[in-house]
Amino acid sequence: MKNILQRDIPQELEGIGVLEPFEGAFTKLKKGWMEEATVPPPNKAKLPHSNKVCDNLREAIIKTQPKNGMTVSFHHHLRAGDSILVESIKILADLGIKDITLASSSLTSAHVGILPYLKDGTITQIYSSGIRGELGKALAEGVLPKPFVIHSHGGRVRAVHTGRINIDLTVLAASASDIEGNATGSHGPSAFGSMGYAAIDSWYAKQVIVVSDNIVDYPCVPQSVSQNYIDYVVKVDSIGDPSKIAGGTTRITKAPMDLQIARLAAQVIEHSGELKDGFSFQVGAGGASLAVAKYIRKTMKRREIKGSFILGGITSYGVDMLNEGLFRSIFDVQSFDAAVSSSLINNPFHIEIPAGLYANPFNCGCMTNKLDVVVLGALEIDTDFNVNVITGSEGYVRGASGGHSDTASGANLTVAVCPSFRGRIPIVKENVHTIVTPGESIDVLVTERGICVNPKRPDLKENLVKSGIIVKDIKDLAKEVEQITGKAKPIENEDRIVGVVEYRDGTIIDVIRQVKQ
Amino acid sequence: MKLKIKAQAGSFESSDVLIMVEPLADGSGRRVELESIVMQQFGDDLLAQINKDLDVFEISDVRIIVNDKGALPPTISARLETALKRSAGIQSGTLN
Repeated sequence: MKNILQRDIPQELEGIGVLEPFEGAFTKLKKGWMEEATVPPPNKAKLPHSNKVCDNLREAIIKTQPKNGMTVSFHHHLRAGDSILVESIKILADLGIKDITLASSSLTSAHVGILPYLKDGTITQIYSSGIRGELGKALAEGVLPKPFVIHSHGGRVRAVHTGRINIDLTVLAASASDIEGNATGSHGPSAFGSMGYAAIDSWYAKQVIVVSDNIVDYPCVPQSVSQNYIDYVVKVDSIGDPSKIAGGTTRITKAPMDLQIARLAAQVIEHSGELKDGFSFQVGAGGASLAVAKYIRKTMKRREIKGSFILGGITSYGVDMLNEGLFRSIFDVQSFDAAVSSSLINNPFHIEIPAGLYANPFNCGCMTNKLDVVVLGALEIDTDFNVNVITGSEGYVRGASGGHSDTASGANLTVAVCPSFRGRIPIVKENVHTIVTPGESIDVLVTERGICVNPKRPDLKENLVKSGIIVKDIKDLAKEVEQITGKAKPIENEDRIVGVVEYRDGTIIDVIRQVKQ
Repeated sequence: MKLKIKAQAGSFESSDVLIMVEPLADGSGRRVELESIVMQQFGDDLLAQINKDLDVFEISDVRIIVNDKGALPPTISARLETALKRSAGIQSGTLN
């Protein structure tokens, strides 16, 4: 059957079950509740003054009684520096556990070490927001017997509530923890900031292990995860590579093209009608998107505008804007650089939020619903404004859904920023390989070669044109790009579906087919 | 155009192409060794473009090594023309 975006979605897929096709960003939400049943979190009990501390990770994992077919989850707040995920999988493999479903909030370059375990049957399915590098290549080539599932950050929380992701064991790395498992990422030698994605795992996993290189005197504050959910605590020498966990501040790009796109995007935002006192703002951490913050900062100072909150993945740049009084608060689900940690712990208006509060569509209002402006990147965008942020030009998985569709659906103004082509690869084109965010959620596209407003926003187009901004038809832009680059031959696929892209409400927005070798 | 010596033009930079040409004996034909980061998408186009340019310069016996980092078509033609003219010793107006 076809979903509303004309993508072929099978009714059922072995390894996942019945699939529901995507019907529009708000079709399910309009009902006011979620029809799927939710599973209760586990009930646990511990006797007073019992000991949670284990000598090492292996001992703790053995205590959780791992079994074949289990689901193991992790958070990706250690970014490219994480060593706990791969170490845990190695231990499970060594214990002879097979048929594991790996449910990490995302996978980074630090996790390439699990590749052998995808090949030998240790891991047979993956749920993740993002997959990159060698892993993404192997998955697109069909290394796993069961289809992988790409979810958004908000969608992951929903999937845990419904039991689609039914976590048997979670191993949560922290930069500080006490012996009861009150833990945080906001201080310690390996401080990494918010633990927003880990909260749901701590609440719902049947077994919860906290791992830290820094066991502090009781109590550890703040309690990003709290002791009443934690089964075991492990002190390890290292939770990863500190230079990659605590990688300093995120720098604004110096690439002239990205800066030009960012400058144009800032003009679009300024004249959109959304840039006013009390507005809320989110930018991605990628090249052009983050650079938009630089120009918005200038504009806000010039026009003496004070915003209400910055949301999402937080960089030191956002912290600077908070400290300058340009925004009243930061809601931080994930910190993109280590410089954020000190603000998180010292500034009461820099608030750590769990992923459900950030972006889960099924509650009484996640924070993405309060967003005024979000700036997002794109690997590809089609002439209906549908965005691909997951598969690259050769069909391999090389990106992340992240909060893209969550924030795009919530924000009043969603700005997609990307070059019109990269190298010789067209970015603005008739068809994208994989849809992650539906075009209905994208209001305006900003490229170095033109600005295109979604036809469903004539009001926005009018505002921009009135202020002298030239607006192009996206179909004309796509044609122009094709004349420059030539027409790219489409990616050759096998019929076999190796992965699905879940929209935040749990419907399937697209599938990923095996790349022909 | 009569090719005389081995010559090259271009670079390994992103969005550029490095082209090396080597004259071959009459009747050897064209031997194009093409590598590109956009092989899947534009491999056939690249080959067609190179052959078309060689037709223009009336070159039938040559070995050409192309290492493409996603250059646009005008870049490909310009680099190829430069390499060929250097090989033919008529590189006036181009750097050696």
